Amino acid sequence: MKQWRAIAWQDIKESVRAWWFFIYALIFGGTVALLFILGVTESQILGFMGLGRLLLTFIQLCVAILPVFVLISTVRSIVGDRESHVLEYWLSMPIALGDYYWGKFLGRFLVIFLPVFFALIGASVWGLYIDITVPWHLFWLYSALLVAICGCFLGFGFLISTLTRHQEVALSVSLVLWLVLLLFMDLILIGVMLQERASPELVVSIALANPLQSFRTAAMVLFDPRLAVLGPTADIILDFFGRVGFLLYALIYPLFLGFVSAYTGFLIFKRGDQI
Amino acid sequence: MIQIKGIEKKFQRHPVLDGVDLFIDSGDRIALIGSNGAGKTSLIRCILGEYSFTGDLTVSGLDPRKQRVAVLGQVGFVPQLPPPLRVRVNELISLTAKLMKVSVKNIHLVAQQLGLDIDRHNKQIFFKLSGGMKQKLLIAIALARDPKILILDEPAANLDPDARETFFSLLARMPEDTVMLLSSHRVDEISGLVNRVVEMDQGKVVLDEPFVPSTEQGA
Repeated sequence: MKQWRAIAWQDIKESVRAWWFFIYALIFGGTVALLFILGVTESQILGFMGLGRLLLTFIQLCVAILPVFVLISTVRSIVGDRESHVLEYWLSMPIALGDYYWGKFLGRFLVIFLPVFFALIGASVWGLYIDITVPWHLFWLYSALLVAICGCFLGFGFLISTLTRHQEVALSVSLVLWLVLLLFMDLILIGVMLQERASPELVVSIALANPLQSFRTAAMVLFDPRLAVLGPTADIILDFFGRVGFLLYALIYPLFLGFVSAYTGFLIFKRGDQI
Repeated sequence: MIQIKGIEKKFQRHPVLDGVDLFIDSGDRIALIGSNGAGKTSLIRCILGEYSFTGDLTVSGLDPRKQRVAVLGQVGFVPQLPPPLRVRVNELISLTAKLMKVSVKNIHLVAQQLGLDIDRHNKQIFFKLSGGMKQKLLIAIALARDPKILILDEPAANLDPDARETFFSLLARMPEDTVMLLSSHRVDEISGLVNRVVEMDQGKVVLDEPFVPSTEQGA
């Protein structure tokens, strides 16, 4: 077995034993169950009902809470191992730093992605069981969006984890990052920019540079192809990207951000003191 | 084997290693002594390639920062405090065996010699073992691979007298050309094992001389 695979597998085994994973899996699995129990599949929004309505609600909840969960649970990975001397021990083994770092990254990615993905699968299987049509196109698009959300915030988490020397600092930085991204979501941003009389194109560009906003808009575009809920902003987005172009942007851009962050983290990890 | 020339390491302008020169040859069994903060652990971390530093340090002619896999492939290391690894004992053994290319059976064998019955604790999480059991397991993992260089940071601190005796006899039976670097506060604890003593103080080597146990001196 390659070393990075062994490290990834080890990280998965360690993570699934941790309390945070139990709570994480319970929240996302429980959310789907709760949505079924509350009869969301019976309600309707913009013509969406049945499982499509449930998946839509689930992805909106994911956009709201998944980033902060990913950050909190992953930001301590490297810095926590460093503080507890776990890193000192593993790095005394003949492992390439890249194998260790990317093995941890892959393991953590699977640990945070699979519970939300299994929640989607669980919803679809239950939908089939109770004879509701499963909108497979939405299922796959939402799965891809979840990959992008997880990859993006995992990259941010790993970068913060290598930059900081204490878990408390790492946690604080990740919360500040999340709050800044929340603050710069459309409504607050537009309010501030309107006061400063900035051009709408600039406002929309800044908003879409925010991965939280691009996820949210992508989730909307799936059920509202003309983005009617966004008003005139929709024209700027759709004129520039088109619907498919915007979906591709919302998938590729956050993954790119996540990879650049994780890679920067790796360079910092490799260059400085590892412990 | 290990060549150290003028290495310096600072933390926020405070030097922890201040121009350390040391040449360690095959068969050297060194007691690395000094008080807390003398620089022993920092020096070990530089040899393991875990700290960046200025100066020259090579292990068998290799740079531990740039060629860490080749360097650490020769090294067995036991840390001062067992890390809180959240892995089962059998998982730890199987992972380290894979990483160090050593057989699981060898690790079991050395652990057994140290009085640790791994089969009884296989499913237990490592960090839930007692301090002594953790230390025995880490020693077993380090010794099972027949390392060319053995670096032990206060290795016997958690061991009961019997295990300590067995451990020291295992070390004494290591091949003659094995390099041993045993960090300790006191040389008398490891006097039977070493042939050289290096003392550090405030990041510098203040004493480096051959060591002859007092019984031999008297003979």
